[in-house]
Amino acid sequence: MSRPIIEVSGISKCYRIGAAREPYLSLRDELARKARRASSALFRIVSKEPNPRPGGQTDFWALNDVSFSVREGEALGIIGRNGAGKSTMLKILSQITPPTKGRITMRGRVASLLEVGTGFHPELTGRENVFLNGAVLGMTRAEIRRKFDEIVAFAEVEKFLDTPVKRYSSGMYVRLAFAVAAHLEPEILLVDEVLAVGDAAFQKKCLGKMGNVAKEGRTILFVSHNMGAVKRLCQRAIWLDRGELKKSGDSDSICEAYLFSGQNMKSGRHLFHDKKKHLVEYIKAETVNPKGETTGIFRADEPIRFRIAYRVNRNIGGVTLVLNICTSDTASLWAVSDIDVFADLIARREAGEWSYECVAPGNVLKPGRYLAALGAGNLNGEFYHHPDLFPFEVTTEGYWRESHKYFGVGGGGPVAVPMRVERPVPIGRNDDRIAGRDLP
Amino acid sequence: MDWRELWRYRDLFLVLAWRDVAVRYKQTALGIAWAVFQPFVTMIVFTLIFNRMANITSGDGTPYPIFLYLGLLFWQYYSGTLTNASNSMISNASLIQKVYFPRLIVPATAATTGLIDLAISAIILVGMMIYYGVMPQWVGVLILPALLGCAVLSALGMGLLMASLNIKYQDVRFALPFFIQSILYVTPVIYPVKMLDNHPVVKNLMLWLNPISGVITNARAGLLGQGTVDFGVLGISLLMSMVYFACGLYYFRSTERYFADIV
Repeated sequence: MSRPIIEVSGISKCYRIGAAREPYLSLRDELARKARRASSALFRIVSKEPNPRPGGQTDFWALNDVSFSVREGEALGIIGRNGAGKSTMLKILSQITPPTKGRITMRGRVASLLEVGTGFHPELTGRENVFLNGAVLGMTRAEIRRKFDEIVAFAEVEKFLDTPVKRYSSGMYVRLAFAVAAHLEPEILLVDEVLAVGDAAFQKKCLGKMGNVAKEGRTILFVSHNMGAVKRLCQRAIWLDRGELKKSGDSDSICEAYLFSGQNMKSGRHLFHDKKKHLVEYIKAETVNPKGETTGIFRADEPIRFRIAYRVNRNIGGVTLVLNICTSDTASLWAVSDIDVFADLIARREAGEWSYECVAPGNVLKPGRYLAALGAGNLNGEFYHHPDLFPFEVTTEGYWRESHKYFGVGGGGPVAVPMRVERPVPIGRNDDRIAGRDLP
Repeated sequence: MDWRELWRYRDLFLVLAWRDVAVRYKQTALGIAWAVFQPFVTMIVFTLIFNRMANITSGDGTPYPIFLYLGLLFWQYYSGTLTNASNSMISNASLIQKVYFPRLIVPATAATTGLIDLAISAIILVGMMIYYGVMPQWVGVLILPALLGCAVLSALGMGLLMASLNIKYQDVRFALPFFIQSILYVTPVIYPVKMLDNHPVVKNLMLWLNPISGVITNARAGLLGQGTVDFGVLGISLLMSMVYFACGLYYFRSTERYFADIV
């Protein structure tokens, strides 16, 4: 067994919250603070008081004593809520920011992909941006020249190579940007949530390409909210929670554990956080039983009421809000869109905070764990998935044997749509019903 | 200082420099002519004001316009590089937050693109030399690389210092244009350094603290055919630009690790 290609031991990262909220200090303030500190230090020497923390700042530990290692050729998924420290971890690994404590050993050429299209310049043409972006990601000019045709073919933008990218559609832009990144050949590839962009078909193509990268024996660290992608791509995963390593192990069990982690499961209450600004932002979702109680656990025969609160930041049109019911491994079962019922919402959605409800009938989902996903789409076919899925559980209580004596629900699959099953009757006997139908 | 790493990232340096040049004149009707336009118009305006109205002369018989233009070339290189290098970390913030590379590349790019502008606007200088029948001395041409080296090192040195400060304190952005304008008047651009012969203290302070002063003085002596190159002054310029560069580089290196956190 060779030495691990990545060794992370005891990494901690501390941010000063005061400084983070107010990135631009003024030189005068700083000088004044230094003077104050100097005078109070002098005062302390006299009065022997302990050293106070500089005014108004609190320490925030984005990462706290995280250790793990990755073997060569392994793909490791990093999962966790927003603010759990995943992106900070990748930034430290890619040397963008230094850790406050701890040590990292990397044995190989590292390339990091924290964003699609870093360094793209809108005024430059597609061709020029391939060279620019390639160099930014660490490729040499010779390397880019060698792979140029392949990159362009992957992105499917041959016709627009000499057009400035500011005239590209967002889809073309993302395809070109990802194509460059996909042709990196580092020994270690660090990827952050970049698959959350682009249309579904292209996302699939990217996942496939990354899968190939993994098969070629390169090491991948993959941060994602998409549990399906993590499970498909990675053998192993680590779960970060509030800066600490909560659990690590094979990706299937870690993803499962993460999705159905304690608290929000039982309460049926879920708050959303997203760092990015959107036109429509989800605030809160609740699952409610017929008694009006907010819970995450339902009898099999109970209808499930989803109560979803969202904020529209300005009057908009052409946006649809979608609730998607998924199996525990994030495969979609069915989805509903609010404009299917209320077509007037396509034309106009007013700014403000809104709440709407959807009710899934009982006797449909079999006992088990499920996930609900929220998303928003526009008329161009672009779709945004909120990264936080919220879980709920259907118990065996009230399952079909009790509720519908004359119905069957089948063996496989997650849904149990009750179908009435009638008693078999012999064919060819003197049966009124059959005879009556057959005869003119 | 990890020179090997810097060398590994040379392609990124070249590509970023190329980007800055390519982007600058996109969607402009005059294109690259803007590089010439600015010093040329400044020369005309300054000649009218300082030469015709305020009676400042080159002091050695050199025609004032060419005397001024040569000074302006170096001055604009210095002020342009200082400004661009100081703002470079802010204008490339998205790169700094998302990719690792030796941060030094970004301000160094600013110093390089300035040289390209300098080369383009030097075409006018050659034209003026022919027009006025001015012949450069050999020694002037020989010391030209040293003069350019001084300009690059001193502008970049100060630029590195400002770039690091600019990330942390927004004050720099407001103070810098004012600061640069002030140095223009304590640099012998519109007047010859000889005007200060009666004030040796001021003259020495200028030559020591402001390496560009010595550079412009020697460039005029060597390239415009009047006077002699002062190697003592050249030595001072070289020494001081290295001091500026070393200080700027030291401060930049000691703060660059945290740029991504605060930019």
